[in-house]
Amino acid sequence: MVVTALECVLALLVLAPLAIALGASARASIIVYGASLLLTLALAIIALLVLLGHGPAAAVTLPLGLPWLGAHFRIDALSAFFLLVINLGGAAASLFALGYGRHEEEPARILPFYPAYLAGMNVVLLAADAFSFLVAWEVMSLTSWALVIAHHREPENLRAGFVYLLMAGFGTLMLLLTFGLLAGGSGAYDFDTIRAAHPSAGIAALVLILALLGAGSKAGLVPLHAWLPLAHPAAPSHVSALMSGVMTKVAVYGFIRIVFDLVGAPAWWWSMPVLALGAASAVMGVLYALMQRDLKRVLAYSTIENIGIVFVALGLALAFKAHAMEAAAALAFTAALLHVFNHSLFKNLLFCGAGAVLAATGERDLEKLGGLIHRMPQTAFVVLIGATAISALPPLNGFVSEWLTFQAILLSPQLPSWGLKLMVPAVGALLALSAALAAACFVRVFGIAFLGRPRSDAAVAARETDSNSLAAMYAMAALCFVAGILPGLLIDGLAPVTQMVVGHPMPAQGSIEWLSIVPIAESRSSYNGLLVFVFMTVSGVLGAFAIHRLASDKIRRGPAWGCGYPDAGPRTQYSADSFAQPIRRVFGTLIFSARETGEMPPPGSTAPARLTVTLRDPVWDALYAPIAAFVAFAAERLNLLQFLTIRRYLSLVFGALVLLLLVLAIWP
Amino acid sequence: MAVIADFAFQGAQMLLVLLLAPLLTGFVRKVKARLMRRQGPSLLQPYRDLIRLLRKDVVLADNASWLFRAIPYLIFAATWVAASLVPTFRSGLMFSWTADLIAIIALLGSARFFLALAGMDVGTAFGGIGSSREVMIASLAEPAMLMIVFAIALIAGSTQLSTMAAFMNSPEVGLRVSLGLGLIALVIVAIAENARIPVDNPATHLELTMVHEAMVLEYSGRHLALIELSSMLKLLLYVSLIACLFAPWGIGGAGANAGLLLLGVGAYVGKLAAGGFLLAVFETSIAKMRVFRVPEFLGAALMLALLATLLRFVSRSF
Repeated sequence: MVVTALECVLALLVLAPLAIALGASARASIIVYGASLLLTLALAIIALLVLLGHGPAAAVTLPLGLPWLGAHFRIDALSAFFLLVINLGGAAASLFALGYGRHEEEPARILPFYPAYLAGMNVVLLAADAFSFLVAWEVMSLTSWALVIAHHREPENLRAGFVYLLMAGFGTLMLLLTFGLLAGGSGAYDFDTIRAAHPSAGIAALVLILALLGAGSKAGLVPLHAWLPLAHPAAPSHVSALMSGVMTKVAVYGFIRIVFDLVGAPAWWWSMPVLALGAASAVMGVLYALMQRDLKRVLAYSTIENIGIVFVALGLALAFKAHAMEAAAALAFTAALLHVFNHSLFKNLLFCGAGAVLAATGERDLEKLGGLIHRMPQTAFVVLIGATAISALPPLNGFVSEWLTFQAILLSPQLPSWGLKLMVPAVGALLALSAALAAACFVRVFGIAFLGRPRSDAAVAARETDSNSLAAMYAMAALCFVAGILPGLLIDGLAPVTQMVVGHPMPAQGSIEWLSIVPIAESRSSYNGLLVFVFMTVSGVLGAFAIHRLASDKIRRGPAWGCGYPDAGPRTQYSADSFAQPIRRVFGTLIFSARETGEMPPPGSTAPARLTVTLRDPVWDALYAPIAAFVAFAAERLNLLQFLTIRRYLSLVFGALVLLLLVLAIWP
Repeated sequence: MAVIADFAFQGAQMLLVLLLAPLLTGFVRKVKARLMRRQGPSLLQPYRDLIRLLRKDVVLADNASWLFRAIPYLIFAATWVAASLVPTFRSGLMFSWTADLIAIIALLGSARFFLALAGMDVGTAFGGIGSSREVMIASLAEPAMLMIVFAIALIAGSTQLSTMAAFMNSPEVGLRVSLGLGLIALVIVAIAENARIPVDNPATHLELTMVHEAMVLEYSGRHLALIELSSMLKLLLYVSLIACLFAPWGIGGAGANAGLLLLGVGAYVGKLAAGGFLLAVFETSIAKMRVFRVPEFLGAALMLALLATLLRFVSRSF
């Protein structure tokens, strides 16, 4: 199986030079995206077979990379699950790009990197030694960087690319140090040796912190998220979908692989930094999202929120695992994996929807959209499904994973340590807050972009998107729906992963009558998405039928009620900014130090009144701005070195030599 | 035979909540009117209003979309399903394990999500102001509600309403600080969720003070009837929920005989009347708040509920 998977990856890699050879011809995008679609589908099928236990979890070592090490590759249950997530997302994005790619002005800047990026992500998951893992991680980072600056003529994108390159370099450095610590002095880099090594408590703690920094920066945990809302929207939309829906999941995989698998048994306090960062990301991410006007940036910030939810569930799983509460650990870990799966579905769907809107109107600014439900009815329908799912509303899939996370929180009073006893309820409250704010955020996105009246000529002229794009979005919407009403099947499919990582699966859900899910015991809690859906459909349809038959089914059209004033035009509608104003006032004054200053012209003047809103980014101000200022300061000082005489250079060289020799002499 | 009986009980519960909901609203209005020394409309007036609305034509705004027409049915379905899952006269109903309390809250969240979208569909400033304020209120009320659920679920050891009601009926409960805090928070949330004074005024038509009414301003005819019925159902749901959790006396168990069930129905109607009366007294004795005082009001509920949950984490005896 692993050999077939590697062959598919190799084929993806071969597509990259092929795309260069094909150049900018019209066939190039069809060939590249079509082949990517088929190859990712093949990889997804392989992953599914391994996950369901039909394929041997074989390992293979190739004579590549470090000469004494070779390149180790393997598919186990954990990597099979993430392979499935990544390649489902990849297939959907490729199908979408078959239609969307036609709008691209310079396809030659995207086509070579796209399959290489997919290949890089796949190899990260297949790698079974630190060297191949890191090389693939870098391939993934650099190809995605190239895709971020594909539209390099906009200065904003170049800045996004610069910040992304810096943060990607930082993340890889942290992971490099992580694996260095894990491998120890002997340089045994393959995962089996690392797993058998059992590092000391101090080293393991350092590994946790470094892995949290390295994988967390790629996943977009607050406060390491600064690059994500810049880079994800800058890329072409199908790549944005991959970066947000899929690449963040590769980072989650890296974290799980290192912290749950390679390091060994966790200490009791490990869950605390994970929970704290996860909860902070969940709330901050969605609050940032509510303040944005750029459609794709809203989605990027919402990714930070969802990654926060995943990390909260992972933190709970770590806490339960450290205290040997296996059933609870399995529940929390399943919740995390399910949310990974769900988020990859609806975030891909929503980014594709944003891409369809962008292609139809040329606008990403919410304030210039509106009324698209009349002009793009099918896109509106699938985006509505995505928005409902991401807002964690039943009977769709986002609710199931949040529900499981809440059930895991309800098991945590049994944790013996006091720090966790005080922390977990606070985390639960923050999680509940982020769920409610997410619903507000997506009411705003859908309501402003798709409902109401068009706010610009571009929105008036919008047309429905092409059939390939629609097919991709419908497929993901259907998966969201199925995952929402039949969650028991997914939970059973995840059992081998939970068994492998926390040593205990969740109770089997397939045999429970009516396809309910019961995490612990039926008297404790149960949920049945299928029946909720059937009940809602039956009561809604019965109600509609009865009313239309027995009462009235007539409709008249008339103008909307305007208090007797003549039609005021679409600019009097609520805008994205005014919609967020109450929430900005309640939460924003505290977190973003939001200020509103109104400027009223004196009576009689014809000057317009102005309202200015200022928001500050607390993370940027507190963390990034000082670092940037220090780097600028140090560079300014070091600049002096460029203008010395030859004698001073020579004495500098001499001084450095003496210093190094002294170090050597003192070194034991 | 048992299956048929189970189905019958579930159906009876669904019909009971649907039929009683307008009566509860009519009762609250009547009591409020009497407290203000007015005669007040008849108890049956809400039924007449609903029937009149159902018979009228729908007047749709010119640019209303298909979503605007579908949303009343969606809201009605979600609220009705949620209301019929709360135990009223008999617990352990056939489909009570379909959704636990968290899922019931989330179902109401779905209804609110779609209602807020409906407010934005036509593209007038009224709808926008209503939706925008509604999601602001919800962003505080929903976490408060979830923390209340956490606090009570940690005491009862379950999020399943039937189990919770059975536990609260047993002598193990006793007097607990966390239960008291949870009850106060739940009442605050229920007032906010049902758009009652002091958060919102169900009788106002002054644009700048209204939230719920502003969102549904464009609805008419049968659509409006469904939305009104849904808000009546929601009021009934919250009163039943408070009764089921904090006054579970008289709710028949799974094996209750006919006499006990009749007693259950009687007790339930009595509890509804008591809840409606208290609501009316509370509403007449307090003035409506400014919109930006509401976050403080709801923030208090959130903090109380968080405190209740925290107490449960710290010690099992509170």
